Amino acid sequence: MHSGAVLAVAGWNKFVETFFNAQVMAKYLPDILYGTLVTVELAVLIVIAGIGFGLVLALVRALAIRPLNWLIVFVVDLLRALPPLVIIVLLYFGLPSAGWSPSGFMSTWLSLTLVLMAFSEEIFWAGITSVHKGQWEAARSTGLSFGQTLIHVVLPQALRLTIAPLTNRTIAITKGTALGTVVALHEILGMASSAVSNSYNPSPLILGAAAYLVLFIPVVVVARRIETKFAWKK
Amino acid sequence: MTKIVKAHAIHKHFGALHVLKGVDLEVAEKELVFVIGPSGSGKSTLLRCLNRLEQPTSGSIEVAGIDMLSPKTDINHARQHIGMVFQSFNLYPHMTALANVMLALRKVAGKGKAEAETLARAALERVGLADRGHHRPAELSGGQQQRVAIARAIALEPKVMLFDEPTSALDPELVGSVLEVMRGLRESGMTMIVVSHEMSFARAAADRVIFMDQGLIVEQGPPAAIFEQPTHERTRSFIGQIRQH
Repeated sequence: MHSGAVLAVAGWNKFVETFFNAQVMAKYLPDILYGTLVTVELAVLIVIAGIGFGLVLALVRALAIRPLNWLIVFVVDLLRALPPLVIIVLLYFGLPSAGWSPSGFMSTWLSLTLVLMAFSEEIFWAGITSVHKGQWEAARSTGLSFGQTLIHVVLPQALRLTIAPLTNRTIAITKGTALGTVVALHEILGMASSAVSNSYNPSPLILGAAAYLVLFIPVVVVARRIETKFAWKK
Repeated sequence: MTKIVKAHAIHKHFGALHVLKGVDLEVAEKELVFVIGPSGSGKSTLLRCLNRLEQPTSGSIEVAGIDMLSPKTDINHARQHIGMVFQSFNLYPHMTALANVMLALRKVAGKGKAEAETLARAALERVGLADRGHHRPAELSGGQQQRVAIARAIALEPKVMLFDEPTSALDPELVGSVLEVMRGLRESGMTMIVVSHEMSFARAAADRVIFMDQGLIVEQGPPAAIFEQPTHERTRSFIGQIRQH
């Protein structure tokens, strides 16, 4: 065999052994699956709470109580300006000094929920304000209350506009669950990293990346469908 | 004759802008009053004060025996008796025509689903759109949309109907169908206050024409008198202008 070809084959084998080591992958697959479970659990809880609280904040803001709105805008801007990692670290390492020691899971969940809440509040608010004033007036002129108008007339129109930006933002923030690894959270990346340290082989990282793809590609595809479906048709 | 609308000394400020400068308006039951005037004269604001879409700065308003400005008045309840039709229709785009009409019947008048649907269908029939109930506003012409908006208001059996330039946003060939519905309402004895420049309709249907300018009623009278022999120079020049269109 030609010596160049020999070298190429040797290089390829080395590459496969390093990054796609079947033995190592098989050994740590249960760990990665466990991490995947944690990631899914965390992501679902973040999405439900983050979007839920965001919607509540936007509805409160629609009441137009001035001091309350200043507070909402201030908190929302703060949470949008801070990097999520900073919030996670602050909660995990800072709060114990105040007498509460949240777990890695709790710190990550709370931080990303707050961040998603802030962004989704802005998105919902933009949706609500984009509904024409005439819709409010028509509904109120028939005797509908403020709340009834909001729920039956304004929100359904606002939500339609929010779906695309909201799915994008939600995907971006739930991917942030990987940040939990810095507070010893055993999600996908955390499990993969410790598997790498234990096996002296980076293959578990490839497995971890694959787990993220398996989780998020369907979400991205569904998001694209939703976007097309709700694209503005009058 | 019983006065169903009694508005006295209505003032409205928007910041530094003094839009209504002490307007008195009384409307009798079954009367059709036309309000004309240049843009910015305060005619739409006056209309919007009557159902308190605008809060007057001062004055008193009584509609169908209800003190509209009293803090004790349940404004949502009071508004059931005052139908309003807007220049831009303002139908709910995410609902069918039928659902547009049913919403307040269910949520404000407290009707059950079946009864609300029967009443809504009857209202759509009155505006000649019985067969359009399942269409969304976007699938209807401007004239049809405005008629659905009228159906939405009359379904609640209001005692007064307010029309704020109901035909201004319509293509000329669609105006007739809306005026036809308004004529029908008039014949059924509905009390109506109409802000509009449809002079031939006013001439044929109105009991009284009010000319407003700069936040005040300048003069009022039967349509023939206002259109043919206006006493004020401002009325004369305004009517001359809208004639040219």
